[in-house]
Amino acid sequence: MTGSFDLLIVGVGGQGVILAASVIGEACIIEEREVKAAETHGMAQRGGSVECHVRIDGHHGPLIPPGGADILMAFELLEALRYRHYLKPGGILVANRLIQVPTSVFMQKLEVPTEEKITAQLADLDPCILDADERAVNAGSPLTQNMVMVGAGSPHIPLAVESLEEAIRRSVPKKTIEINLRAFRLGREAAGGCK
Amino acid sequence: MNEESEGESLPRGEATGDSLMTKRYLLGNEAIAHAAIEASADFVSGYPGTPSSEVIDILRVQNERPLYVEWSVNEKVAFENALAAAWCGLRALVTMKHVGMNVAADPLMTSGYTGVTGGFVIMCADDPFAHSSQNEQDTRFYARFAHLPCLDPATVQEAHDMVIDAFALSEELGLPVIFRPTTRICHSRSDVTIGEAGTETRKGEFPRDPKRFVLIPGHARPLHKALNEKQPRVTRVLADRGYNRFTRRGERAVIAGGIGTTYVQELLPDGVSLGKIGAYPVDWEALRGFVSGHREILVVEEGEPIIEELVRQVSGDIPVSGKIDGTVPSEGELSLASVSAILAAKGYIPKPSGAPPVPAQNVPMRPPIMCAGCMHRPTFFAMKKVWRDAVYPSDIGCYTLGLQLGVVDTTICMGSAPSLGSGIFHAGDPREVVCTIGDSTFLHSGIPGLLNAVYNGAEMTLVILDNRTTAMTGHQPNPVSGTTAGGEVKAPVSLEAICRACGVSFVETVSPYDLPSTIEVMKAAKAQKGVKVVIAKQPCVITARRAGVKRGSYAVDRDACTVCGTCIRFGCPAIEMVEDRAAINELCSGCGVCAQICPSGAIGPEGKP
Repeated sequence: MTGSFDLLIVGVGGQGVILAASVIGEACIIEEREVKAAETHGMAQRGGSVECHVRIDGHHGPLIPPGGADILMAFELLEALRYRHYLKPGGILVANRLIQVPTSVFMQKLEVPTEEKITAQLADLDPCILDADERAVNAGSPLTQNMVMVGAGSPHIPLAVESLEEAIRRSVPKKTIEINLRAFRLGREAAGGCK
Repeated sequence: MNEESEGESLPRGEATGDSLMTKRYLLGNEAIAHAAIEASADFVSGYPGTPSSEVIDILRVQNERPLYVEWSVNEKVAFENALAAAWCGLRALVTMKHVGMNVAADPLMTSGYTGVTGGFVIMCADDPFAHSSQNEQDTRFYARFAHLPCLDPATVQEAHDMVIDAFALSEELGLPVIFRPTTRICHSRSDVTIGEAGTETRKGEFPRDPKRFVLIPGHARPLHKALNEKQPRVTRVLADRGYNRFTRRGERAVIAGGIGTTYVQELLPDGVSLGKIGAYPVDWEALRGFVSGHREILVVEEGEPIIEELVRQVSGDIPVSGKIDGTVPSEGELSLASVSAILAAKGYIPKPSGAPPVPAQNVPMRPPIMCAGCMHRPTFFAMKKVWRDAVYPSDIGCYTLGLQLGVVDTTICMGSAPSLGSGIFHAGDPREVVCTIGDSTFLHSGIPGLLNAVYNGAEMTLVILDNRTTAMTGHQPNPVSGTTAGGEVKAPVSLEAICRACGVSFVETVSPYDLPSTIEVMKAAKAQKGVKVVIAKQPCVITARRAGVKRGSYAVDRDACTVCGTCIRFGCPAIEMVEDRAAINELCSGCGVCAQICPSGAIGPEGKP
């Protein structure tokens, strides 16, 4: 066993999951630590479910086994539910208070999932659920919800805040650095509000 | 904020100490692309295919080293271009996905006969679990088939290092070298140590030599013999490279290949020997030497049991387990979880005590879906209106997602729709045949099928879904896009002229955003005899958005909505149910097709209901 710290970041294609994972990987480079990660490409990006595995201090393969993640960062509540079994006992769930109902649910007239029902199925994990979209808008762009989520997860991630902020500077387009940093800090503040 | 890495250059890194090496956080394909730059590659060609596409997408925008980059029309064409460059003494790389090798197999099989002068690396990315593919074929077979060396990396760092070495190896052996990463290498990220861009430059010159390059039977026979005679040296040279490593630590041994090695390394307890296979052909004597003296052997590899068969040939009475006896699954990809279960079942590690984690039940699926405003959706909608009960051969691209709309009956390989269509017609199926194919796929290998269908008298309609790009793999340009991989502006080829040249007399182009006209054109096609072509043409909604096209958005008048469900069944991700009425969300791209299908006229441009 390697003693890596394993994060699973999940969401819906277009939410910036891959960039969020890249920020964490880049922060590992800044701290001169090993990192291994795996991401979803291709078909799955067309509005499908997206998962990124990141193993801080990972020395071998990139994939986290079910029951192995130290933290699950879910950008959407149905995805939190879909991947919750990846958390190890006592693992931490940080989730965005957002439901994107899959189009197929409407087309096939399935029961439309509600926030109450999903959060009830996550309650045993004692999750930190926050409104990342609202904070992203406050930061200056709804597109920064991914950095709000990185901020919200950051107190639990064994990387220095300075490293994560530097990683954001290196990873996002130059003219959006300030709003992305603001989004990260708003997310970090929000995590303080979770029990 | 931007999810796709397309068009972005490599992140900056800091030089570590006084060495020229740099540590970066890179995608496998970024590391592979950078290795080609470090190795002073001169010539790169390929056809896009997940998981290989990013290599050329990175090489065509980098500015560390000048090199010739080409997105070719198909893998055979890409292969032949790169092979010729290597004959001329350049260092050449060709990239493709595993099934692309089937298209390139014709020149591949003889490329070992001719050999190469400049280093020639064939990157062929395998896709265990078929994440984005029609099958799980194993390129290591092609290497054996063509008598070419094959490098199979276990990590992103090794992929990088192998590519640099593959060019040198190719020149040393005078043979093309197959480099076979898998999805979990190409699309993994890792800390990677990279070097500086290579500075060697070469000028190609074709070394005229008919005995080598003109493969008439009299030349082919001695070249075949020469290729066979090279093989012992190939094995020896590869053995010296150290890609196959054997560590004796106990009475039992695990032998692993590719990324499977990393899962084994993470889990294997002390006291169990480990063999790591990263290069083929494997030195039998070294393998026999390692296997002997062990009480039992377990082989862990993705794809076909290629290492396992070699091990079984040298193991004598020593029991071997792997795929052949069912210990290791014969399909799909390996993972830490599956390798853990295999090692526990064989008693190498303790069985897990608790119950395995169970996924939450009844979570609605979230399959990939055509974008809001995608031109394929109204085209399929019109097809269903005009041909209610047809046979719908289709092809490979985003439009394969039309499966969800019931208008995709076949998808087997690139370019197959027109030929499967004519085959179904000639087989006597009484229903009409309506094929769909994308612009890039048509140019890739659909043209011969169309020409053949016309000439041999098929009755069918071919709908070319022309979104002006190779969308699914990340919007690579093709000959209808009007730019090359290098960014040069070109006159787009005319699909209409190609179809007419194939002998089609009914060729009509229509915008699928104009639904009534699309239906009218399809009805006209249906009324004609012979092979008819309808070109549904509208730029991909993603490229249009990037180009700054803004169409506003649409909204539903809640009072006029009768909840008939027509727009919901249309399946656009911008349309949902909100408080028992249809509603349009922020994904709307303003294509306006839903306004054309709503029977109550309840949908209109936002702000003017």
